[in-house]
Amino acid sequence: MILENEPVPGYSLPLLPGHVSPGRLERLLRAGTFAITSEIDPPDSADPGEVLKRAAIFDGHVDALNATDGSGANCHMSSVGVCSLLTRVGYATILQMSCRDRNRIAMQGEILGAAAMGACNLLCLTGDGVQAGDHPQAKPVFDLDSMSLLTIARGMRDECRFQSGRRLDTPPRIFLGAVENPFAPPHDLRPHRLAKKVAAGAQFFQTQYCFDIEQLRDFMLKVNDLGLLEGPGRVFILPGIGPLATARSARWIRDKVPGVHIPESVIRRLEGALDQKEEGKRLCMELLNQIREMPGVSGAHIMAYRQEHSVAEIIETTGVLEGRVPWYPGRNEPRDLDPESL
Amino acid sequence: MYRVRRWVVRHSRAFEILYRGLESILIRLDPVWNRLGHARLEAPFSWVERVVKGLLFDCRMCGQCTLGATGMSCPMNCPKQLRNGPCGGVRGDGRCEVKPEMVCVWVDAWTGSQAMKGESDIQVLQEPVDFRLAGSSSWLRVVREASRVTGGDGRGQRPR
Repeated sequence: MILENEPVPGYSLPLLPGHVSPGRLERLLRAGTFAITSEIDPPDSADPGEVLKRAAIFDGHVDALNATDGSGANCHMSSVGVCSLLTRVGYATILQMSCRDRNRIAMQGEILGAAAMGACNLLCLTGDGVQAGDHPQAKPVFDLDSMSLLTIARGMRDECRFQSGRRLDTPPRIFLGAVENPFAPPHDLRPHRLAKKVAAGAQFFQTQYCFDIEQLRDFMLKVNDLGLLEGPGRVFILPGIGPLATARSARWIRDKVPGVHIPESVIRRLEGALDQKEEGKRLCMELLNQIREMPGVSGAHIMAYRQEHSVAEIIETTGVLEGRVPWYPGRNEPRDLDPESL
Repeated sequence: MYRVRRWVVRHSRAFEILYRGLESILIRLDPVWNRLGHARLEAPFSWVERVVKGLLFDCRMCGQCTLGATGMSCPMNCPKQLRNGPCGGVRGDGRCEVKPEMVCVWVDAWTGSQAMKGESDIQVLQEPVDFRLAGSSSWLRVVREASRVTGGDGRGQRPR
């Protein structure tokens, strides 16, 4: 889809009525288009070229790229750094901000900095505990929870002030997102927790990996019953999916990655396959097709850690974009991307 | 103590009644507290709270008690100190992602809240912690806030 006033790379679109951000993701979602987001693997490197190379893997297949913030409590290039590099060449980014590593002073400063660098989407997360990552000896900060971060970010945008009440000269024009895990206990509380996040300011949601479509369906029905999927203030939900590489890695993820629930039947299905990697992709495509048909869903978030190249195939095979080619640098006028020239 | 605080959650309704009663007594005694002076009472009050709430709830003395909205399960025992619901890392069996030896504080909070009269209070958005209040008396603060809001009789307040 070619949007009106297609962006000059790195520059924001004009703000439409009823929109809070000048970004493409909000426009697509509000227009009712099934949106696809994915996640860039942030490098353990100070090389900007590496970021652009890793982003180019998704060119033409995704509408926005998540820049993770020390996911799994492991050290990588910061999400603000990754987003700044990507927005400079025109990519739509989703800046993840976790409450684990910074206090409210640092986070509010980062929101302003990121918005000034062209980040239009902010995903507020609690963050994994430090015990899960490569620096278990670090101090867990958790000055705010994701709910408070949302409230503060919304206050900065809509009321033009810091939490302290001090005025901002120019507010950050950001579309606010949050995460939810419909697959973790206490299951009955999860839809209410999503509603609480909406009350705190969340406008779109990405969920944890879904491997249990019935549980997701049940969750979506409950969210719908709470009246959150209708009207001008509706929320946009993008369930998370991803290809599993092998049964062994699926077991490892289930046991070691906090919050990922993989049913035993899925693992057995992988074990029984001749080519486990292909079967993992096939399962992901089946889930994507089922999610696309699910009422109330606005898109999908594909997390393919260390399998980033498979995202294109998953998108192409399922045809979820319906012929649409999301914008990427050089889509309209192919040109050489030289990181040295940045 | 872990076992005591889980026992409290199992009896959340009884503690809700107890807390509500205690609160209304404290608020009714507001003129007494005012005569003695809140500043002078701060030390003995926070000492009592530290001992009593420490025993019952594993209280961390954040100074901003939300027990009535968290099923009588103190959210400051969450390793991430989440005050608005569980994180996404809760294990399949309901145990904590960071400390698997304990049940998630919010799994307990949800169970506790469902037995309470104010069961929907768990859906009320809690403000971020004001770390200046750490170590201070939450009860005296409730009394001060109630007398400011209602002019002294404290009706219509939620239990803390």
